[in-house]
Amino acid sequence: MSLLDLASAALLLAGAAFFLAGTVGLLRFPDVYARLHALTKADNLGLGFTVAGLALEVGDVAVALKLGITWALVLVSSSISCQLVARTAMNAGVRPWRRP
Amino acid sequence: MTALDVLLAGALPVLAWRALATDDLHEAVVFFIALGLVAALAWARLDAPDIALVEAAVGAGVTGSLFVTTLRARGLRPPASPAPRRARIALAVLTIASALGIGAALAALPAEPPGLGELVRASLPETGVQHTVTAVLLNVRGYDTLLEMAVLVAAVLAVLARAPSPSARPAARPAAPDDDPARPLIAVLARLLVPGIILVAGYLLWRGAFAPGGAFQAAAVLAGGGILAILAGRRAPDPHARAVRRGLVFGPGAFVLIAAVPLIAGRHVLEYPEGWAKVLIVAVEVALTFSIALTLVLFFPASGEKGT
Repeated sequence: MSLLDLASAALLLAGAAFFLAGTVGLLRFPDVYARLHALTKADNLGLGFTVAGLALEVGDVAVALKLGITWALVLVSSSISCQLVARTAMNAGVRPWRRP
Repeated sequence: MTALDVLLAGALPVLAWRALATDDLHEAVVFFIALGLVAALAWARLDAPDIALVEAAVGAGVTGSLFVTTLRARGLRPPASPAPRRARIALAVLTIASALGIGAALAALPAEPPGLGELVRASLPETGVQHTVTAVLLNVRGYDTLLEMAVLVAAVLAVLARAPSPSARPAARPAAPDDDPARPLIAVLARLLVPGIILVAGYLLWRGAFAPGGAFQAAAVLAGGGILAILAGRRAPDPHARAVRRGLVFGPGAFVLIAAVPLIAGRHVLEYPEGWAKVLIVAVEVALTFSIALTLVLFFPASGEKGT
């Protein structure tokens, strides 16, 4: 196992950890705003680590760049859809959760 | 069969069931979109990238956004009383019977299907393109594709019939009311994505000659860009505008023309002259992409108009 493989595996594991954290947050957090926070922040970072881990392994600059573009597109669309969901909830009068 | 395949195969029926079983139409739409995306992944795993592209763009993307807009515009509620028991039982029997029938037919297939794949591959050099799916769609079985276009034209006629006629329309509302707080955000998204979408559509269209891609995929992607632009506040194309109507006819018209011209020379319908196949196929695909995209975009405002 080369150093490259090790680095790639470490990045992929880090990505999986962030996805797991984001999913736990989605399931456990109390309201829509907190869930959005967990989901978009953690998943964007998780996808970034996953993409970086895969890019180390493909051995082709063009494919690695395509993976990078995929991540950038997901970043753009998920951050904007997060804002859209949050604004819709705000307009519908959903109050942010407060510690009771 | 990998763990991924098992996951996909397991997720499809669950998502389909949830989409049908829920009482909340919004939830049903979300499950429908998820179902389309998982189905696209499944097609990709089955080495059918052409179908995967169409499923993702049309099945999940365009159809999903049509459903969402319809719900938003009309606030439809699910019917208060479920369908009568007898109807539901009849439907269940029909569905199970057809599933069993398809299963039996699959089981009866020989292990090495004597399909037409070999024949298509053998005659690929004569078709003018290097991708078997495009060769079948636009050369070997061009007739089928022509009829598919007729279906799309019929569907867009329904949109035209439903759109308020220019004289009956209330005095033009002031362009898109800006009370929608989401609009500026979507405008940012559109500015970032639409140029890329146009590029991808052109790429898919050109690729169709030698790899998965082609007119329908390119048109679906292009229509997605158009819908995004409309959501961002761009005026939707007016189905009664002369230019729009000409654009709708352009693709099918060009196809019919190219299909019919060989008749004059005493040849068969859709027989491409020797050496011209590639040029003509690409021309038909460009024209079709344009008209199909316009058709898909026109479906959108027809269901999205508020308060009509």
